Amino acid sequence: MSREELMLEVEDLHVYYGAIHALKGISLKVPKGAIITLIGANGAGKTTTLTTIAGLVKARSGRIKFMGEDITNKPPHTVTQMGIAMVPEGRRIFPNLTVYENLMMGAYTRKDREGIQEDLEWVFQLFPRLKERLTQLGGTLSGGEQQMLAISRALMSRPKLLMMDEPSLGLAPLLVMEVFDVIKKINGEGTTILLVEQNAMGALKTAHYGYVLETGKIVLEGPTDELLQNEEVKKAYLGVA
Amino acid sequence: MSGTIFLQNLFNGLTLGGLYALIAIGYTMVYGILRLINFAHGDVLMIGAYLAFYGVTLMSMPWYISVVVAILGSAGLGFLIDRVAYKPLRESPRISALITAIGMSFFLESFAVVVFGGIPKSFLSITPRFLKKVVVVFGARIQVLTFFALATTVALLALLLWIVYKTKIGMAMRAIATDIPTTALMGANIDNIIGFTFALGSALAGAGGIIWAMRYPQINPYMGFMPGLKAFIAAVFGGIGSIQGAMLGGFILGMMEIMIVGFFPQLAGYRDVFAFVILILILMFKPTGIMGKKLTVKV
Repeated sequence: MSREELMLEVEDLHVYYGAIHALKGISLKVPKGAIITLIGANGAGKTTTLTTIAGLVKARSGRIKFMGEDITNKPPHTVTQMGIAMVPEGRRIFPNLTVYENLMMGAYTRKDREGIQEDLEWVFQLFPRLKERLTQLGGTLSGGEQQMLAISRALMSRPKLLMMDEPSLGLAPLLVMEVFDVIKKINGEGTTILLVEQNAMGALKTAHYGYVLETGKIVLEGPTDELLQNEEVKKAYLGVA
Repeated sequence: MSGTIFLQNLFNGLTLGGLYALIAIGYTMVYGILRLINFAHGDVLMIGAYLAFYGVTLMSMPWYISVVVAILGSAGLGFLIDRVAYKPLRESPRISALITAIGMSFFLESFAVVVFGGIPKSFLSITPRFLKKVVVVFGARIQVLTFFALATTVALLALLLWIVYKTKIGMAMRAIATDIPTTALMGANIDNIIGFTFALGSALAGAGGIIWAMRYPQINPYMGFMPGLKAFIAAVFGGIGSIQGAMLGGFILGMMEIMIVGFFPQLAGYRDVFAFVILILILMFKPTGIMGKKLTVKV
């Protein structure tokens, strides 16, 4: 892949929580228009990778480049304004705000009323259920509805890159499939996606290219159809021998 | 107690309660976001009163302009206090910020003693004449100031609710009260929202201080201490973190103070004690206050 096509480039990223070395030199590339996935066990550093890109966690060393610009250790609001949105782990809906207000928080940096209205319509198309719940408080939604809201909220900033942290976690099997379908749909509309998942099967079937993380390091990477055939991946993450 | 005196007390209670409510909001909004009791908040009230005083006496502004300038000055002071004293401590343990708040309170009081002087100043010359007139309502003699104070307070409280519930920045204030990092992920500048919250609370405190000074027309560098403490109790009483709770707590506390003394004049000397008795009772039996929610630990 050529350089101009890269949306996000992470180079040798090191992150510490106090004395704990959480990321030990992560490097990854997210080409424009792709779905890239990071899979790995609990504590492998998947969430830390995303939160460091988003600016919530500071990197000790290494570089993060977004559309050619260095965004390493930029504050989160700047990163969001540049076009990166995140669906955080555990959804993190604002429980005391209505569904509509949650969506408007997603559009916080925008001033184009018409564009916001357009994106609202699109979000309602993806998740018709949200439209019925607009005036309800976020905290009263079911887990599945909250996940729909978290994804929609992130889309409301009209991001160039959408980062999703475990969007399928804690959902009923039918909803898990729906979430992966929605991810493909969002990608089909032109949004680049960086997907973190413990559900390796779902993630690898959805994404184009994958990275496998183990204790803060990337141990394997490749096109997802190759990873799906890889013996180690099968054994460790897909539960098939 | 006769009907007319009751009516007088009722208005006094409402006015005092409104003042507590105005001041209590600053405590509760800051606590809601930072889990910090801003002990310097009462002193912002004092600075607000002095600003209004000097606006008229030194700068010879008309009283209404001086009042507006003083309220804006209080807002700026609140913003500045956050930037200078609390913002550098955002990542520090909460106790550090709390101790800093106490230090900031001492600083503002000492600053006022040095700059304004320790001798109380009369606020009578600031209060416009028409507010000092007395009208008779159903036999009760009530100062126009009382109605003015009450109307202003209610208008300011309504304005605050409008800002918090109907504007974009208000929405962001409610969002950071539950989740700071996620609000940052939405592209909102956290420090600006917190700064705005301080400014808003301080503006209300400044307005409260000016009305306070008109009602008890002597200002001194320590005048913010007692109203500040009482308003803090009102905020805890209503449920700290809840804006409506602070309003309700303020009105109940003010009304109780006036009414208890009204019904039992022999207890007048204990007036300041009631609020603290309420604080102790609340902390013993319902620490979350009237409208406060239990803080649930997120897993």
